[in-house]
Amino acid sequence: MTGPVLRVTRRTFIGTTAAALAAPAVFGQTKPRVVVIGGGPGGATCARYLAKDSGGALDVTLVEPNARYTTCFFSNLYLGGFRDFDSLVHGYDGLAAAGVTIAATTAEGVDRDTRRVTLGSGDVLEYDRLVISPGIDFRDGSVPGWSLANAEVMPHAWKAGPQTKLLKSMVESMRQGGTFCMVAPPNPYRCPPGPYERVSMIAHLLTQTNPTARILILDPKDKYSKQALFEEGWQTHYPGMIEWLGPDMGGGAVEVRPATMEVVIDGEAEKVDVCNVIPAQIAGRIAEIAGLCDETGWVPVDPLSMASRVDAGVFVVGDASAQGDMPKSAFSANSQAKVAAMKIRGELTGSRVFPAKYTNTCWSLIAPKDGVKVGASYEPTPEKIASVESFISQPGEPAELRRATYEESLGWYQGITADIFG
Amino acid sequence: MIRAALVLGMMLTGAATAGPIGDADRGAALFQRQCSACHQIGPEAINRVGPRLTGLFGRRAGSVEGFDYSKSMARMGSDGLVWTMQTLDAYIENPKVLVSATRMRFRGLQDEQARSDLIAFLREWSDRPRDIPEAEPTARRSTPQLSPEVLAIRGDPEFGAYLSSECSTCHQRDGSDQGIPSITHWPPEDFVLAMHAYRQKLRPHPVMQMMAGRLTEEEIAALAAYYAGID
Ligand SMILES: Cc1cc2nc3c(=O)[nH]c(=O)nc-3n(C[C@H](O)[C@H](O)[C@H](O)COP(=O)(O)OP(=O)(O)OC[C@H]3O[C@@H](n4cnc5c(N)ncnc54)[C@H](O)[C@@H]3O)c2cc1C
Repeated sequence: MTGPVLRVTRRTFIGTTAAALAAPAVFGQTKPRVVVIGGGPGGATCARYLAKDSGGALDVTLVEPNARYTTCFFSNLYLGGFRDFDSLVHGYDGLAAAGVTIAATTAEGVDRDTRRVTLGSGDVLEYDRLVISPGIDFRDGSVPGWSLANAEVMPHAWKAGPQTKLLKSMVESMRQGGTFCMVAPPNPYRCPPGPYERVSMIAHLLTQTNPTARILILDPKDKYSKQALFEEGWQTHYPGMIEWLGPDMGGGAVEVRPATMEVVIDGEAEKVDVCNVIPAQIAGRIAEIAGLCDETGWVPVDPLSMASRVDAGVFVVGDASAQGDMPKSAFSANSQAKVAAMKIRGELTGSRVFPAKYTNTCWSLIAPKDGVKVGASYEPTPEKIASVESFISQPGEPAELRRATYEESLGWYQGITADIFG
Repeated sequence: MIRAALVLGMMLTGAATAGPIGDADRGAALFQRQCSACHQIGPEAINRVGPRLTGLFGRRAGSVEGFDYSKSMARMGSDGLVWTMQTLDAYIENPKVLVSATRMRFRGLQDEQARSDLIAFLREWSDRPRDIPEAEPTARRSTPQLSPEVLAIRGDPEFGAYLSSECSTCHQRDGSDQGIPSITHWPPEDFVLAMHAYRQKLRPHPVMQMMAGRLTEEEIAALAAYYAGID
């Protein structure tokens, strides 16, 4: 079935191209400058596509403090023992090869009136277009008793890197029969099925090393992504190990006590052995500093272009954007970044501009070779990026199909990391 | 591209007029002439150049024990392709519609009556032929007629390059094919056929059904042109 399809005709191409040519945004001897803040799936994809597709006509700088990027996607597979840590780490050589200048520092300030970005190094970058893809930060106070200062005791591991390794070592050294507790986040957050895939992977690990251990999920949501599939998988692969408490059972209003390793559920303190706190989320701080966030803490964007609703010279892609129906995923960030790159090239170089298209698919691994997926395609409407069609794996699928889905996810990881980092 | 247009035109015309089940005797003669060099059927049948065809209906594609299938056929099987009246009809009409890199070297049977006869014969050797529904005119999805003019659209590779950014999240441009097949340098004709088979949900993969389902004719042609000519 086809949803409402944006019909593309040759006429609309010429129309948009002519419009872009009639009003080129920048003149002058120097090349138009694009600054991209953040080298994750959103920012790195955007920077690479801008440089690669403009054939040197744009001056593209990526601002990213870390020399190497560790993917959150597939970090759960590392927790489950299906991948080694190094396979999650990617460098920026491919971007440099495509012609992107890398500024290995943080962006500390954005002055949208003078179109300048201040860097941690003290340098100032001027831009004609700015792209911001800073990912997420945590909302202060969303889990009473927890702050970033407690992340060494109760890790979030929701930004991949040392936190991910820390969480894994804690699970591995947990006492026999101990309790692993996850405080799950409220919507919206990065990677909707992520917490439940994580639980699956930890259950897989524990089944082998610590079979009497227990997993407790405290969840402020009354339902979650791929729930039927996870519940079926947990029943099949890890019977009796996983307990999920939704808001009606006290999972919503929890307090944590890092000093005593306790969680307080409905006023009752319970001792746990490992506690993974995934707090409520907001756009990465630089978006707020740039004055782009609304009261929800995310950045409203124009669905046709991913440009900020308050400043058409600034594009915000990936997790930080509030665009409508797309989940916050690497797949979405990559998809949005390519639309933004195309629009920016059109504005700055007069290249052809095509209608925006967006897609997403999220794979999750429940147990060895038991993969599931959910996906949708999207179209921009004036209000939001709207889901037009979707699909999801079904409970009770044959093992063969689940295996193929898992293998497909491995192919996807290779494909998307090549697309992001070159 | 012209040949793709003709073949597809026929495929879709066929879909509109599928008649009752064919004549198994005529099908047997046809099998003898066209298929038996490679395939056996019946209780004693064994795998030869092609897999044994006994019990074909309701079987998952690529699932006969001990037969070494092409990667393409194995993939279709794990994606969930099952042999039914409808999928067999499409496969016999033009194997590449369903399985792009099938090892079955068979040009396809364009005559609709001949296909019905052959399928009627194959069906006699399936488990409970009486339980297999007859091909009613409504047994297939009715698909809007695609005129040869629409299908003969010259793809715009520059537009295809933009659209391909949706494909490259999974399908690597350099042609690597771990878990996800390569689409780089795919002959445009096969590309177009395959996308239409996904659109009609003849090919089973849900991601691809969705992706192809929202592509216009012009977009499919553009993508086919781009992927054929990629550096
Ligand atoms: C456990 C887990 C599993 C996941 N699994 C999947 C999956 O299977 N599939 C999927 O599609 N998605 C998955 N995701 C989601 C995915 O990781 C995110 O949606 C994706 O990383 C978002 O990309 P982004 O570019 O918006 O942000 P990020 O990836 O967070 O990148 C932001 C970058 O910006 C940099 N940055 C931030 N602030 C500044 C600043 N001021 N100056 C300079 N640089 C800055 C950061 O250092 C970082 O490198 C998962 C997430 C988690 C946590």
